[in-house]
Amino acid sequence: MKASVIVFPGSNCDRDAAVALEAATGASPAMVWHGDSELPESDLIVLPGGFSYGDYLRSGAVAAHSPMMREVIARARAGTPVLGICNGFQVLTEAGLLPGMLMRNSTLKFICKDVHLRVERNDSIYTHRYQRGEVVRFPIAHKDGSYFADDQTLQRLEGEGLVAFRYSDPSGAITPDANPNGSRNNIAGIYNPSGTVLGLMPHPERLADAPLGGTDGAKMFLSLVETLH
Amino acid sequence: MNLVALAMRKQEGLTPDIIAEHGLSPDEYQRLVAALGREPRLTELGIFSVMWSEHCSYKSSKVWLKKLPTEGAQVIQGPGENAGVVDLGDGQAAVFKMESHNHPSYIEPYQGAATGVGGIMRDVFTMGARPIANMNALRFGAPNHPKTRHLVAGVVSGIGDYGNCMGVPTVGGETNFDPRYNDNILVNAMTVGLVDANRIFKSAAKGIGHSVVYVGSKTGRDGIHGATMASAEFDEASQEKRPTVQVGDPFTEKLLLEACLELMSEDAIVAIQDMGAAGLTSSSAEMADKGGVGIELELDRVPTREEGMTAYEMMLSESQERMLMVLKPGAEPLAERVFRKWGLDFAVIGYTTDTGRLVVRHRGALEADIALAALAHEAPVYERPGTKPAGPALIAPQEVPAPSSILDTLESMMGSPHLSSRRWIWEQYDHMVMADTMQRPGGDAAVVRVHGTNKGLAISCDVTPRYCAADPYEGAKQAVAECWRNLSAVGADPLAITDCMNFGNPERPEIMGEFAAAVEGMAEACAALAFPVVSGNVSLYNETNGVAIPPTPAIGGIGLIPNIDAMATIALKRSGDILMLLGAETGHLGQSLYMQIMLNRSDGAPPPVDLDAEKLAGDCVRGLIRSGDVSAVHDVSDGGLLVAIAEMALAGNLGVELDDLPAPLPAHGLWFGEDQARFVVAASPEKADAIHKAAAMAKVPVRLLGKVGSDSIKLQSEAPLPIASLRAAHESWMPRFMAHN
Repeated sequence: MKASVIVFPGSNCDRDAAVALEAATGASPAMVWHGDSELPESDLIVLPGGFSYGDYLRSGAVAAHSPMMREVIARARAGTPVLGICNGFQVLTEAGLLPGMLMRNSTLKFICKDVHLRVERNDSIYTHRYQRGEVVRFPIAHKDGSYFADDQTLQRLEGEGLVAFRYSDPSGAITPDANPNGSRNNIAGIYNPSGTVLGLMPHPERLADAPLGGTDGAKMFLSLVETLH
Repeated sequence: MNLVALAMRKQEGLTPDIIAEHGLSPDEYQRLVAALGREPRLTELGIFSVMWSEHCSYKSSKVWLKKLPTEGAQVIQGPGENAGVVDLGDGQAAVFKMESHNHPSYIEPYQGAATGVGGIMRDVFTMGARPIANMNALRFGAPNHPKTRHLVAGVVSGIGDYGNCMGVPTVGGETNFDPRYNDNILVNAMTVGLVDANRIFKSAAKGIGHSVVYVGSKTGRDGIHGATMASAEFDEASQEKRPTVQVGDPFTEKLLLEACLELMSEDAIVAIQDMGAAGLTSSSAEMADKGGVGIELELDRVPTREEGMTAYEMMLSESQERMLMVLKPGAEPLAERVFRKWGLDFAVIGYTTDTGRLVVRHRGALEADIALAALAHEAPVYERPGTKPAGPALIAPQEVPAPSSILDTLESMMGSPHLSSRRWIWEQYDHMVMADTMQRPGGDAAVVRVHGTNKGLAISCDVTPRYCAADPYEGAKQAVAECWRNLSAVGADPLAITDCMNFGNPERPEIMGEFAAAVEGMAEACAALAFPVVSGNVSLYNETNGVAIPPTPAIGGIGLIPNIDAMATIALKRSGDILMLLGAETGHLGQSLYMQIMLNRSDGAPPPVDLDAEKLAGDCVRGLIRSGDVSAVHDVSDGGLLVAIAEMALAGNLGVELDDLPAPLPAHGLWFGEDQARFVVAASPEKADAIHKAAAMAKVPVRLLGKVGSDSIKLQSEAPLPIASLRAAHESWMPRFMAHN
């Protein structure tokens, strides 16, 4: 699997994503600077976490209009898998590859902690190593992570089964208490209709290594390796 | 600044008022005139005022700081550079320092704290290191003081926003509430970085005719005279000093970090210095002075944010996210390409000379021409008189009233502002970015993995201000010892410390006496524990209307864990394990949290620190961790033995059943006394012999405390305290306090 990690000015989880990808694939991904003219041939494109362009204006808003994103959008439309983590999810919504947007957390504060997520589908390239309904533990670290979409969009997402992960309690129950940031329907991550683009606020790459206290995130990268070779 | 503005406009002579406004005493002004051989120009007066300020010159503390041990086989760079450096083996080194941003954080908590974090990270990456962990030590006023909540909210969010955006994990720290900080909060920030030992960059400019290069953000009018402000007491008019507080931009600093590290991987830089306190003045003067060269600056080339800035303003601006470098000949195009790639300003603003003078030109006029020696090592140094503080007498535990219930007392203490969980704070800090955080906040020390290896760096910040207030000598000793103990408790070999010395007005003999006693206490502990000081910062004049803070020598220590598989945490792991105490008990209650929280008393001597006992107990515990004989370790400090046990129970979500106490000491002394040099360890029962043997070999007293199990804390004679209730008490205070309107 050939992966590319897009590095924007202000990205800061690019190395973490690269380490997790390398652990799963055995090969280091291409680190692609936003100002480079060419995006290498890629089986997977990762938009990492961080504060691209300082998150000035709105989180992810400036990065969505960077020259490299034009190429990422074109590849995504042609079917190349694109994974956006945290700031990467914000960029995907700003770029129109995923619907809705990420608003300021309902607490109005930055939140860094482990959360439980229920895996809503296990028939995607990202999740087939998980069980459907399995509860996993990923960390979150964001200030603007409250997923919002209008009623109609939400209905479509739910109707077409495009919700990837939901904030849950440890038993898998979807409760208001388990929702750390006020996201509608406890949504933590969503797919595009073809399931090739995934955006999520939690960080699978941060719990993909046993000494860090968990490996639930590793299964996502292993799923990708198996599907994309 | 009105007088200064007026003088700039009229170009008239310097009046005594203008001189006084620059924080120079009449004696110091005479010294300045003698050094120059004439009256200064206004820009020169500004330059002298910041360079001779307490903040930049250490004029009151210098003679004392020399007493601190700064050497050891592990030390690569001691005090005097942007940060200290210690050897980690395998060709790698750790670069670290702690610094205060107290005055600005009180005036404008968000920006003050944010730029404190930005400044300390710059100090570390200036030396070529990638920052890998941030810590902070915060002291606020009483919770019921009207400003406290506002200050806590602003400081925490300022620290969080800056570190989070930089992508450097904030892995721990400590927070105290005490009415003696009501009008002078303390914000001390520490950064640890990782560097290849043969790629360390320093600040001494060498060579003549080399380009002096300015990179980073543009210069604005913010922060002018910040260093002078930080060298004076506060009064009612202090809020008017808001314009002296800098404004941070972590995004630019992230770019600056990446650009600097990229250029540092090439052979381009002779010397580099960040522009922190006193900005362009201090960075250029220090680089030139250290290298024994002169420097000539052409201010018309300095990138500025606003039109019409004067030489005075440019030299004194403390705009953030800027660096000054001396480049190797011919490296300019490469350096410019790197900084432009990252969207940063780059300008050659001067060159090194052989004159030994700082020469500043602007708009065709000579604005300053000063011998560097006069600014730097000929700056005033004071041996200020100090009165030796008299420590209070020891209190025997029998003289302290006992509580009616030990476990009720425990619950109250764990839910008090002093011992309650700081989760509300550290959940606002990204403590996991970089994916190497092995121990998150809440343990004895934070641990980050040395990236790509199986080694760990342990980091801890410590001081107990109430001990220092009662006895600065013993208190400072205790701060060093506790830091060393915390590093040992996770299994690290303690390497070295950075210090942040926060005190009142040194012109008052009682404050100078506190400072001197604290330095002596630190020096003794550092020497005994082979734990040298490699960097630090002194913050004086932390007082308002003549009332000073308690002496607060904050200690930031780092240690090395050779193999993270042999690392201890405080969390109890399994039912059936036994709990044991290592270290001697006297039931010392003087200056304890028990007396403060339950009896509202702050009398008596703080617990004496026996440095030999510390060393023996710490070495013994570290050995037990490495031999795999213990399943959990926690040092005993604030609140005493029962609080330590409760913290272990909460972290592991397991109860404990405690045995009867040994006679004849009173129970509340044994459970809540704060005797030093102690650890609680958990282990499987078959390890008991090994632990007894190791303790006997090390001459460390040891006793069985009880066993791990159930979901409560149980004492023989009392109703069990469920872990769930204890957790509710422990976790609820801070969120409730911060939500209160």
